[in-house]
Amino acid sequence: MIYEVFRQERKGQPFEHAGSVVAPDAEFAEAWAREQYGRRGESVALWLVPRDAIHGVEDWADEFDLKYRRVDGYSIKARLKEARERAAARPR
Amino acid sequence: MNELLLGLADDELVIGWRDSEWTGIAPMLEEDVAFSSIAQNEIGHARAVYQLLTDDPDALAFDRAPGEYRCAPLVELRLLDWAHTIARRWLYEVADEIRITALMEELPLAAKINREEAYHRMHAEMWHERLRDQPRFQAAVRELWPHALGVVLPEQRAALAARAGLDEVEAVERGVHTDDFVPLWEEMTMVRRSAPAGAQW
Amino acid sequence: MGDEQAFLEHVQGGGQVETGDWMPDDYRAKLVKFIEMHGNSELMGVLPEREWILRAPTLQRKLALTAKVQDEVGHAQLIYRVVEDLGKPREQCLADLVDGKAKFHNVFHYPTKTWGDVGVIAWLVDAAAIISQKALLKCSYAPYARIMKKICWEESFHILHGRDVILAMVTGTPAQFELVQEALNRWWGPLMQFHGNPIPKEEDPMYVWRIKSQGNEEARQQFLEGYVPQIRELGLEVPDPDLRRREDGVWEYSEPDWGELKHVVTGHGPRTEERLAFRRRFIDQEKWVRDAVLAA
Repeated sequence: MIYEVFRQERKGQPFEHAGSVVAPDAEFAEAWAREQYGRRGESVALWLVPRDAIHGVEDWADEFDLKYRRVDGYSIKARLKEARERAAARPR
Repeated sequence: MNELLLGLADDELVIGWRDSEWTGIAPMLEEDVAFSSIAQNEIGHARAVYQLLTDDPDALAFDRAPGEYRCAPLVELRLLDWAHTIARRWLYEVADEIRITALMEELPLAAKINREEAYHRMHAEMWHERLRDQPRFQAAVRELWPHALGVVLPEQRAALAARAGLDEVEAVERGVHTDDFVPLWEEMTMVRRSAPAGAQW
Repeated sequence: MGDEQAFLEHVQGGGQVETGDWMPDDYRAKLVKFIEMHGNSELMGVLPEREWILRAPTLQRKLALTAKVQDEVGHAQLIYRVVEDLGKPREQCLADLVDGKAKFHNVFHYPTKTWGDVGVIAWLVDAAAIISQKALLKCSYAPYARIMKKICWEESFHILHGRDVILAMVTGTPAQFELVQEALNRWWGPLMQFHGNPIPKEEDPMYVWRIKSQGNEEARQQFLEGYVPQIRELGLEVPDPDLRRREDGVWEYSEPDWGELKHVVTGHGPRTEERLAFRRRFIDQEKWVRDAVLAA
């Protein structure tokens, strides 16, 4: 069985995919992943997940280009410039 | 106490040397990496114990005549097949736990070693579980059992037998080296002996 | 299905490829062969060094060398996993290796004779390898590029260890200095052949597909530029009277023996048969373990 290995480099950091080991069960996977991904103190924690348990997702529909809900849907440069110019021109 | 410690250190040195023989040729790559860490830990333990006995651990590790080493026959044997290697690992860990925990009260270093050995024990148990039904493994255990008894003191052997689930038999005692030891020593010291004493490496 | 031209433009533009992506048959085939050769090399590289683990003259050297060789086995594990995910099982890779059907790098076909070799290999052979490996960090095939990061990180300690071994010997006895010089004399030829013949990178399919991001000659020049000064500053002599650095920074050297390189990598090196046989012996001997354990 293939076990995917996710490692956390330091406490507080995200777990990142690091590789995989081939092992008959979780016990062997743990023993082996400990050494392959931790013998130099490079990880403080590991998650081992059978490859079959991972459900991948890779494509999204974006037919209608719904930009309003993204940062790139807003272009404020032109209006901001105009607002500043107007504010500067306002009598004191 | 010093005799005991020298025996412990020599055991760890030699079993570490034997275990390191598997680097690169273990049955699977993942195990190769894990097994090599065990070998390195053992050498590390030997070095730490030698440091209690001397300022120059390398001199103690390399510069004695074969007859002066105090290792148990179990660790000296050349066992380049996996069934025997794991049988030895497993038997050694069971014996070593008894020996090390007995030293822990007087020796802080023993507690430190014991904590690292926990992983070795897990590893040995894991393999023991997987191989215990294999006839060749059972045969290897039976063959090495008298040697394993020789790792611990006579008063510790009943406990060892109980933990291993085997009947106590006559032990192969420390004090007489096996035929495998001198060739091991010769290989181990050949580079070191090629330069005058005190040469740096 | 995909478009080979679009794929080519994608990788040449710095685009990456994941395991499940469509890839041209030629790309896949070359990729597998290249990565498999790397895995084989890590595995075969273990054998010359392994002998010296058992002979290391101090505890520290014993530990460092064991750890170095352990890393190489670890690299083999990472690399074969990548190959397996591309469809070729590990057992098949190992079978092809021991049957002489697959290649591994030239340097691992040569004998090691002394502790001087241990230093030269850990320092200079690993240095040559790390130059190639750093270039592979940009490999178009992402899973391989990702493992190269871990491999390069681990290799950096190998070179330090190697250099330390060399330094101890060149500042030790005259006999020890001689051991290093003698080893260097034997290893220089294979080192110069290591990066391969200077095929222009535009003609190298591995570069065209951006599997490699560097041409062979570029790698060799990097090696010379980085390491010849370091070798010479120790008082060691590089055994090539024609070696010199031009005004424009390019190193000139005696033409490496490309015939020897070809002869060696096609399985006729001085230690090829012996090492393959050694590996075959243990693979066969311990098959029962894999059957007992991996048949979950």
